[in-house]
Amino acid sequence: MLTKDQIAKRIAQELQDGWYVNLGIGIPTLVANYIPDGMHVELQSENGLLGMGPFPKEEEIDADLINAGKQTVTMRPGASLFSSSDSFAMIRGGHVQLTVLGAMEVSENGDIANWKIPGKMVKGMGGAMDLVAGTDNIIVAMMHTNRAGESKLLDRCTLPLTGINCIRRVITDLGMFSIEGGAFILEEIAPGVSVDDVKKATAGKLIVSPVLKTMLID
Amino acid sequence: MNKVVKDAHEAIQGITNGMTLMLGGFGLCGIPENCIAALVKAGQKDLTCISNNAGVDDFGIGLMLQQRQVKKMISSYVGENAEFERQLLSGELEVELTPQGTLAEKCRAGGAGIPAFFTATGYGTEIAEGKETREINGRMYVLEESLTADYALVKAWKGDKYGNLIYKGTARNFNPMMAMAGKITIAEVEELVEPGELDPNQVHTPGIFVQRIFQGKNYEKRIEQRTVSK
Repeated sequence: MLTKDQIAKRIAQELQDGWYVNLGIGIPTLVANYIPDGMHVELQSENGLLGMGPFPKEEEIDADLINAGKQTVTMRPGASLFSSSDSFAMIRGGHVQLTVLGAMEVSENGDIANWKIPGKMVKGMGGAMDLVAGTDNIIVAMMHTNRAGESKLLDRCTLPLTGINCIRRVITDLGMFSIEGGAFILEEIAPGVSVDDVKKATAGKLIVSPVLKTMLID
Repeated sequence: MNKVVKDAHEAIQGITNGMTLMLGGFGLCGIPENCIAALVKAGQKDLTCISNNAGVDDFGIGLMLQQRQVKKMISSYVGENAEFERQLLSGELEVELTPQGTLAEKCRAGGAGIPAFFTATGYGTEIAEGKETREINGRMYVLEESLTADYALVKAWKGDKYGNLIYKGTARNFNPMMAMAGKITIAEVEELVEPGELDPNQVHTPGIFVQRIFQGKNYEKRIEQRTVSK
C-alpha cells in the first residue's frame, strides 16, 4: 500500500514540462514536493497566483500573499497575480493542463463527490465545482477506502455531487485506475497489494487491465 | 472628481438595514477591515453579504455575524467560523453557496451589464436545481444570473483621489469585480495619493468604478494559516 507521499510521488510522474497545474488541498498539495528536477511546472492557486513557490521563511511572511488553503506562500521568479475572475477564466477556460484534487467518492461513470456530507456542517464547495468542470485532465488523489473501511470507488456516488462524468483517473493507496466505459480499470497496482485486495476494496465495477503493471515508486 | 471621504464612518453613510453588500477578500486576505469595523459600530441589520468567505469568529465578517447584522450570506466557502455555524443551524442565518468561479463571474458580469451567463460549473449537481440548462456545441451548461450590490466595499493597496486602485499580492482576489458591481463602491486603501502619482499602466481598477475612497488605518492583516519553511 502506498503512503500519502508515495501517492503524490506517483502523480508527479504524470507532470510534463511547461504545464500549468492546480493542486488541491490534502494529498494533492504534496505533489509540489516531488516535481522532477529540471522540469518547469507552474503552480496555479485559484485565489489569484501563478508561479506559487514554497512556504516563506519567517522573515519573508507576507499577509497579502496566501494560497487557496489560506496558507502563507512565496512567489517564484516569473510569477503573476490576478483577480478571481481571471483565475477562474484560466480554470474554466481550459488553460490549466492538470488539476489534482481529493475526493470523498468517485463513481464508475466518472462522477465525483467531495464537498458536502448531509447532516454535517456544510462548508461550501469553494472552487471544486469550477475545477472539475474546467479541464479534461483531472487526477483524483485519495485513500481507497474511508475511515469506516468502505470503498470510495463506487457504482454511483451517494453524496451530493461536485461534477458529473468528469473524472478519468484516480490514484489511491492501492493503485492507479482509469475510468472508461462505466468501469474502473486497474492500470497499475501498488507494491505489496494483490488484485484480490483491490477487488475487495472496490465497490464499483472493476476491470483489471490486460497489461497490468506494478507501480514504480522510488 | 474628488471622491475622498474622511474615514470609514463617513464612507458607509447611506448603508441601511436590509441592503445588499459586496465585500472583497479571500479568507482574511484583502478584506475591507476599516469598513467592517465601521459597520459593526453603526449596527445595520438584515444585511445580505456577498463575499467569498464569512471571516473567522473574531475577525472579518465574523465580527458582523457576532452582532447579528447579517441575514444572508452568498459565499463559496464558509468554514472556520463557529458562530456562523451556530446561526446557520438555528435558522437565524441563510446561506447561498455558490461555486467560487461562478461567484467571481456573477460579480464581473453584474458590473459589466450582463444579466446572466451559461457555465458548465455545477451542471448535474444540486447547484443547478431549478436553473435553466442548455446544450451548446454538445456540452451542457447552467444559466447563472449575475449579481450587483447596493454598496461594494473593497480594499486596495494604493489609490488616488479619483478612485484609481492598485492591489497587492493575492489581496486582489474578488475586489476588482466587486468594485465594478457596486451601485456605490467604497474603496479603502493603505496609501492614498494625488492623481498622477499612480502609473496609469499599473492601475487595476479604473476610478470610474469607485465612488468613495479613503485611507484606512491600523490594518491588522490577520493571517489564517501561518506556514513557514525551515
